[in-house]
Amino acid sequence: MTQAQIEIQLLAMATAVACSLCGVFLVLRRMSLLSDAISHTVLIGIVIAFFLTGDMASPWLLVGATMAGVFTVLLVEGLQKTGVVREDAAIGLVFPALFSVAVLLISIYSKNVHLDMDAVLVGKIALTPLPSRRLEFGGYDFGPKSLALMIAIIFVNLGFIIVFFKELKVSTFDPAFSKAIGFNPYWIHLGLVLSVSTTAVASFDAVGSILVVALMAAPAATAYLLTDKLSIMLVWSCIIGMLSAVLGYWFAHFLDASIAGSMATVAGIIFGLTFFFAPERGLFSVWQRAKIRDRKFKLALLLVHLTQHEGTIRELEECNIESLHLHLRWDEYETRSVAFEAVETFCASQENKVLRLTPKGRIIALESLQLGTNLS
Amino acid sequence: MFESLSVPGLGSVVAGTALLGFLCGTLGTFAVLRKQSLMGDAISHACLPGLILAFLLFNSKESWALMLGAAISGTLAAMVVLGISRFSRVKEDSSLAITLSVFFGFGLMLLTWVQRRPDAAQAGLARFLFGQAATLLDRDVWLLAAIAIPCLLTVFIFWKQFQLVCFDRSFAQSLGIPVFFIEVLLSLLLVMVIVAGLETVGVVLMSALLVAPAVAARQWTNRLEIMAILAGVFGAFSGIAGAFLSNMGKTSIPTGPVIVLFITLIVLLSILFAPARGIVWLQFQHWRDSKILHLDSVLSNLLNLAKEHSGKQNGHSMAMLKGISSNPSGVPRSVQKLLEMGLVSEVDKGLYIPTSKGAEYLIEKTSHMGALSK
Repeated sequence: MTQAQIEIQLLAMATAVACSLCGVFLVLRRMSLLSDAISHTVLIGIVIAFFLTGDMASPWLLVGATMAGVFTVLLVEGLQKTGVVREDAAIGLVFPALFSVAVLLISIYSKNVHLDMDAVLVGKIALTPLPSRRLEFGGYDFGPKSLALMIAIIFVNLGFIIVFFKELKVSTFDPAFSKAIGFNPYWIHLGLVLSVSTTAVASFDAVGSILVVALMAAPAATAYLLTDKLSIMLVWSCIIGMLSAVLGYWFAHFLDASIAGSMATVAGIIFGLTFFFAPERGLFSVWQRAKIRDRKFKLALLLVHLTQHEGTIRELEECNIESLHLHLRWDEYETRSVAFEAVETFCASQENKVLRLTPKGRIIALESLQLGTNLS
Repeated sequence: MFESLSVPGLGSVVAGTALLGFLCGTLGTFAVLRKQSLMGDAISHACLPGLILAFLLFNSKESWALMLGAAISGTLAAMVVLGISRFSRVKEDSSLAITLSVFFGFGLMLLTWVQRRPDAAQAGLARFLFGQAATLLDRDVWLLAAIAIPCLLTVFIFWKQFQLVCFDRSFAQSLGIPVFFIEVLLSLLLVMVIVAGLETVGVVLMSALLVAPAVAARQWTNRLEIMAILAGVFGAFSGIAGAFLSNMGKTSIPTGPVIVLFITLIVLLSILFAPARGIVWLQFQHWRDSKILHLDSVLSNLLNLAKEHSGKQNGHSMAMLKGISSNPSGVPRSVQKLLEMGLVSEVDKGLYIPTSKGAEYLIEKTSHMGALSK
């Protein structure tokens, strides 16, 4: 690996970590779509700050963009509070409008200005190692500027999360309780919005506006499927983010395609795999568990059926393996297989095609009946 | 056929944007009512990979081929969104955000990969993102119409079912309406409209065109059929206005953003001034109600005071009323008004008693309230 490659990967990982940290709270608080709105509207902040300063490299651009992000959220919430519009519609109204204003301003006034729309949407992480984008101080080269900025953002986010961990937790999971113990969750909400805006703005330069959304939502949602503990979810989210960054980089390298795009793709693939194969909450293990439960229930039901007809006149008919499915009203093939399982596990024995309970089977059947009456 | 207008080609642009605006408004109505305003946003972003794959597969930039690809990946995305929130504990907002950004990212990756191939023509990301209404030709308008008419016809045929599914899903289910099928049909219609409009207004503005006319129309009516038509009219109107405005100046400005700003303006006006639901209207009503309430409370205070000091026909002073009122500064005005209405009379200088008409008025009011609370 060349130094340039290492630097690009470091920046990609740093961006992913910064986004994943915020993303956890967005996912838990059902605010993921605000990141979509913010990442579109920071454009208007950049444009306005640019018109005011006339300098594309001015730090005021970052400030302007962050303010625009916060402003977007306040506008959405204000619109929601009027009670006229629901949240989803409010988001869908605000960000296209602000984005349109930005696009119009650019197209009208910036004929002779370099404000590249593609770069805004796609990012330019590949340009990271260029000499003009380095942080030099006292003759020493401290690496790319954007990497330094991103690391600073990580520290700010981490600091916010560590200092306010308790508050974040309580206001995320039980806002009403938070209010009851005298802590207004709105302040934490504002802090979070500020942190998301800052992160989106800083990441914007590297991965572009739409992929910020991917890095905020996908790793955090993946982590959400892996654990029930907030602190562990944060760790998982960062790990998955970094993994997407590195794999995405090499994916892009071999295809000679957009790095940001392939980072998002990898993040999506990891989410997809987790969605199906996660140990506890994955779709397959959920189905598996349901199947096992279903089977266990059917076995118990069969044994109960046998106890009901044990020693009665109709026993030969009711417990006959040939006609059992008619009495239980199950599928014939499935009934066979459940009956077979009962014999296999020594819960029942078979004589002349008639199932008879063993002592073990009787105990299980009576226990299930007992359980049933207790429940009801 | 649309060449009667002064700027060559403007006719088809206006016809196209108007048609698109009407279609988006009508179908957006259902999306907004079903709390799926942002589904359109996700679907439109998710069209990118399908567009590029279709371009690679058919090796052509024909509209129908690209539209087919976009429609397939858009439909897939809609299913993914619904599937994630249905089958896992990830909520709808996250599943929308993930689908939107991952599909788009994948599309972006494909696009950059295509663009590096020496034989490929540039597919143009900017066009996908912002659309190019200004280049609408007659045949594009015909294609739009070919999509719009079946869509609107479907809405017309399934009107009753759509209405039920939007407002009372479980009731629809209990009536034996195939709710799942209807929901899939609505999503498919949404995909069709988005695919039809992408080339004209682009991704970002597509979502605005779906949401905004419906929100504006909701302000003016409580009836679905009026809302759908009104949303269509708002959409068409802003399409026409946007097309004209963006072609007015010497330098042409992008049509999409102008359309969006226009429809946003309509939304703002509707939210503020619509009767019965507008903010200004509600504030006015609130102000009027509080005035009447204050009037009633002053009158009832006077009546109670007169009852407590029965026998004596002396009235009570303004200061006394102020002392027991929750809003003392409003008391003189309310008393003045009560005097004008003849509900209160001034027995001595600065002393007031309720008239018999006042007592009757209050009894009628309270019996009315009693009926309400029952």
